[in-house]
Amino acid sequence: MSSISHNPPAQARTTPPTANAPENPRPKTASRSGAWHEDLKRISFWADHAAIIGLILLVAVFTALNPVFLTVGNIQSILIAASILIVLTIGQAFVILSDGIDLSVASTMTLGVIAFGIAYAQGAGLMVSMISAVVASTLVGVLNGVLIAKGKITDFIVTLGSLSVASGLALVLSDGKPTSITSVELINFSTHGIVIFGFPFIVAALLAVLAHVVLFRTRFGTHLFATGGSKEAAQATGISTARIKIAVYTISGVLAGIAAILLIARVGASEPAANTTFLLNSVAAVVLGGVSLTGGRGSVFGPIVGALLLTVLTNGLTLMNVSQFYQPLAVGVVVILAALLSRFQK
Amino acid sequence: MTAIMTQHIIDVQDVSLAFGNVKALQNVSLTLAAGEITALVGDNGAGKSTLVRCISGIHKPQGGTISFEGSPVHFRNPEDAREKGIETVHQNLALVDDLTVWQNLFLNRELTRGVGPIRFLDRKAMKEAADRMVSTLAVNVPAVKSKVRRLSGGQRQAVSICRAAGFSSKLVIMDEPTAALGVQETAKVEELILKLRNDGHSVLLISHNFSQVMRLSDQVWVMRAGRCVAGRRTAETSGDEIVSLITGSREN
Repeated sequence: MSSISHNPPAQARTTPPTANAPENPRPKTASRSGAWHEDLKRISFWADHAAIIGLILLVAVFTALNPVFLTVGNIQSILIAASILIVLTIGQAFVILSDGIDLSVASTMTLGVIAFGIAYAQGAGLMVSMISAVVASTLVGVLNGVLIAKGKITDFIVTLGSLSVASGLALVLSDGKPTSITSVELINFSTHGIVIFGFPFIVAALLAVLAHVVLFRTRFGTHLFATGGSKEAAQATGISTARIKIAVYTISGVLAGIAAILLIARVGASEPAANTTFLLNSVAAVVLGGVSLTGGRGSVFGPIVGALLLTVLTNGLTLMNVSQFYQPLAVGVVVILAALLSRFQK
Repeated sequence: MTAIMTQHIIDVQDVSLAFGNVKALQNVSLTLAAGEITALVGDNGAGKSTLVRCISGIHKPQGGTISFEGSPVHFRNPEDAREKGIETVHQNLALVDDLTVWQNLFLNRELTRGVGPIRFLDRKAMKEAADRMVSTLAVNVPAVKSKVRRLSGGQRQAVSICRAAGFSSKLVIMDEPTAALGVQETAKVEELILKLRNDGHSVLLISHNFSQVMRLSDQVWVMRAGRCVAGRRTAETSGDEIVSLITGSREN
């Protein structure tokens, strides 16, 4: 750290004076090449990049403590383990960017899992079962969106309600019993991949790229940021914020359905489990990823790094034989630290 | 009342609107001449904002007619009015802090390119067009790539006005455009308003600042208690006369 804080004199001389142009942002070249070490001194730099810095830090610590951690096999399993959370986190990021929160995301996934199981048990093919999962989860998402946008009920309350409704439905429909799903295709899907990237992770990564394009390269994305940033301003320019709200909850529902398929492929069964950890971790990953909880500011890749960080944390603690009971504790501490740091964001 | 021979962009005839028992507008008639800055003055609660909201499509008048460029219009919402070329500059309301200047300028009017329904933002074209809009209109040019959060109050107002003026609008309505600004920033926004008129836009200006009204406007309409009580050519009146018309110490 000490070598970083030294200011090379040559650099100081060549840096152009910026005081001449107070109204304009600094020239690109200055912030790109000359001033990166200046960046390191500002706490806002650390706050803006909390997730990636935390991830690198954790990887370094775990590698030092356990040589198994940074092996190809373990990286592979981290990426696969992270893929379900990544998919849920993308949906959660969309919702939170629009100044909402989806507390039902994990229960919606569970309902998708049960819908899959029922269809599969009835003898429907893999394709039909997968579609059932996505349709069931999407319906919950649409319902969330319509109640919030048209019913004008707070996001928190609506999704708290649908959390309970979806997990209740899952229990009722499955009679509380798991259904084992023995599909060669699903087993192959979850155990194979390209190079070190398992197929579940590839699915998550593709969804992430798609989400990034939608957010930053389409009108919908801009309108989503506007809705989250200032609902009044968005409406004043004629944007239908209700439509945006319905859309983001629908997206979150669709992604929960896809996550349900990944979960079944991983577990090999359809279980009416609560999956509460997924809910908490999806919100935590979004916060770690630098998305403003009041909406309007953030990215997709930040939350994904957040999801990776949480998965690495769990994986590392497990490798080090730390009791499972400590994992929620560690996640909680990391999230609160990240939230503290995010107060210093620009 | 002095006869106005220029073409009217807006002709308000006998417009009335009540909210329950409150008669917000009572038989208001006034005209806005094309290519002029028309000021609307009056005490708080005189009905200025309500009238403006009728013109910009937020409220629907219960009686009377509003004509735009000679033909009667019935706006159902602000979008209707915007399509006809009536833009409103809101007080700081309509900018999104976390978006850039160019994103705000093109909010809900984004340029896209692509095939059929698959369309992507044409960011380059928007940035370039935003640069042009801002540099031709604004006096204190904000960088189009900076976030609105980082702009001064005057720069924000300049961006709002640019957006209102930028899209071939015919009438720009401004509700207290300088209320929240300092002296220098007010001067710059006033320059901008004059420039709008010189570029051929009609402007409807609501202001409590009489010296500003006298400096900028061509025509002044005075409202009191929901009625339009007087109209004057700015060149033929004085601040004192306007004040006495507003307070009612002088009738018409």
